[in-house]
Amino acid sequence: MDRVLFGDNQFFGVNHMSEDKARAQAMHFQTTQAIIDVLDAAHQEGIRTFMCTTHDRMSEICDYFRANRDRYPDYKFYPCMPYAHKYANAVTEHGMIEALRMFLPQGGAMSAMLKGGVALAGKDVETIMQLLIDAEMKMFHDLDTPVVFMQNVITDLLLGLRMNDTFRMFHDHIRKKYQAEPGFITMNVPRLLDVLDSLGIENPIVCANINKIGFRMCGGKEHYEQTIATRRFRPVAMSVLASGAIAPREAIEYVCRQPLVEAIVFGASSRGNIRQTKALIDELSINQGAA
Amino acid sequence: MIRTAMVGLGKMGLSHLAILRAHPALEVVAGCDSSAYLTDILSKYSGLKCHADFDRMLDEEKLDALVVATPSKLHATMVEAALKRGLHVFCEKPFVLDVADGQRLVAMAEAKGLVNQVGYHFRFVGAFKEAARLVKAGVLGAVHHVRIEAFGPVVLRPKGATWRSAKSEGGGALYDYACHAIDLVNFVVGAPAAVDGVVRRGIFSRDVDDEVYCTLRYADGASGQLSVNWSDESFRKMSTKISVWGTHGRITADRQECQIFLRELHPALPDASKGWTVRYTTDLTEEVWYYLRGEEYSAQIDYFAESIVKGRTQGENTFRSALEADRIVSMITGQSVGNPPPPGAQAVRKGVLARMFK
Repeated sequence: MDRVLFGDNQFFGVNHMSEDKARAQAMHFQTTQAIIDVLDAAHQEGIRTFMCTTHDRMSEICDYFRANRDRYPDYKFYPCMPYAHKYANAVTEHGMIEALRMFLPQGGAMSAMLKGGVALAGKDVETIMQLLIDAEMKMFHDLDTPVVFMQNVITDLLLGLRMNDTFRMFHDHIRKKYQAEPGFITMNVPRLLDVLDSLGIENPIVCANINKIGFRMCGGKEHYEQTIATRRFRPVAMSVLASGAIAPREAIEYVCRQPLVEAIVFGASSRGNIRQTKALIDELSINQGAA
Repeated sequence: MIRTAMVGLGKMGLSHLAILRAHPALEVVAGCDSSAYLTDILSKYSGLKCHADFDRMLDEEKLDALVVATPSKLHATMVEAALKRGLHVFCEKPFVLDVADGQRLVAMAEAKGLVNQVGYHFRFVGAFKEAARLVKAGVLGAVHHVRIEAFGPVVLRPKGATWRSAKSEGGGALYDYACHAIDLVNFVVGAPAAVDGVVRRGIFSRDVDDEVYCTLRYADGASGQLSVNWSDESFRKMSTKISVWGTHGRITADRQECQIFLRELHPALPDASKGWTVRYTTDLTEEVWYYLRGEEYSAQIDYFAESIVKGRTQGENTFRSALEADRIVSMITGQSVGNPPPPGAQAVRKGVLARMFK
């Protein structure tokens, strides 16, 4: 993994501080070209990995990168699946089973079974999960996707439900079918690690909020610090700036002080902010390594 | 450990179940849903004991508490069955569709001294809590207007056949979105005495409202406007905003931030200066032990568990409080019914639904 990954919240109207700001960003990034311009700026600053939700709009971005492979020969995507609101809204409108059918391949055997009302027996859950993953991965065909993440809303739902086997199913399918490393985004790191350990998933990539003010770090900041220092996993820090609640230098200093944090993901909309944050991570990571 | 069961394992139910199972003081001993798809998967993959029959679950399991997340029309009978057995109850919103049912259940829960809570989770959102705190402290002076808005992308084309699209089952934007908005008004500024200027229309739905608008009237002459539309795709997800105007300033709050404009300083907000003060969710949010979708979902379940442990029956989001929202919904639908009886009083009237299910 590269040290710095580029995030996508700003592109899709997600802002944890302000709905007005989120809307302004959604307007700004109305066109795919506006998104590509920022990805291009980030690329010029040396950020070669885009960690992105499998939002419908991603498919046009994928088309662009496929068409311009020579310009971005080393570009990587880390898909994060699924874009949960797509499913949640469909469930509210159509009910759970019908919504599930809508996202499975049309005319497939599984879709027909659900329609026929056949109860979901043992192995079918694994098959459904694989089909849903494949549907989400379709837009990334022929692109480099060395890490594939499960979004936190799904990770933390399955974790709470104790559907532990589903983590292994995800892990196995991503490894086998995509020769990629599975990753898990979560707001509940210590609890997730316990479960992944119990499943024999070793040294997993886990992406979580890691920030100086302890924002959305369930179990507490100290527990997280201790976990990062002592447990065997590959942490990817997100929300390091806590949506702007922490000054950039102070924020990056904190996360760079955590040993073993392998990568930092951040999103920004302007070249200036991208450059500043990237430069801070480069500077403070070097200092940390030398210390 | 509080032995808890969960009935209704749809979208909201699964989210609750995940949080319940992660709670250190709760032991989820069983779940119940009529969908064999779901219960098969849950029992096989999560080890949860599942029932298809609600009454049988209550008969067979030794329970302390029940969480109800079934379609709204089933709430009253299920809550009643649980209260009869002496269980503490957490019920998803809206509480009941018939105010008379609600009055009876309020009286029953209070008479039996059971913990009773409804899932109006906005009361656990930091920015809304702050808005309510400031208004109650009198920071705005005399409140003269409130505006509540809830928009989101639920029904975007003319179809849909879930219970949410059936009026008689508590479907439509009125029960799904507007009751949240109404409860938030009740929380921040208090319940209005009357409503008028009601507009309810389907935009895409044939049988239910997709948009609801009305004027809220307060006894002291203050007014409010409610605007709800669940067919607005310009919002990524449900987005709720409340604005309150008073003689000393105004407050606007949504899930992310609380914006305050003050004409006069007030001791409840010691750090503020005249003019704008903005407080963000990062400052206002209290950490939860487990996060799924938003702190408020975990916080309300933690509050429920804490209420059981402490024997707190008059806390936040009681049946009595939630019934205030139902009462305003029934004013909007034109079936106005009076206030709930005081604590301890016995209910006198049975609702149509209760009779039907007897």
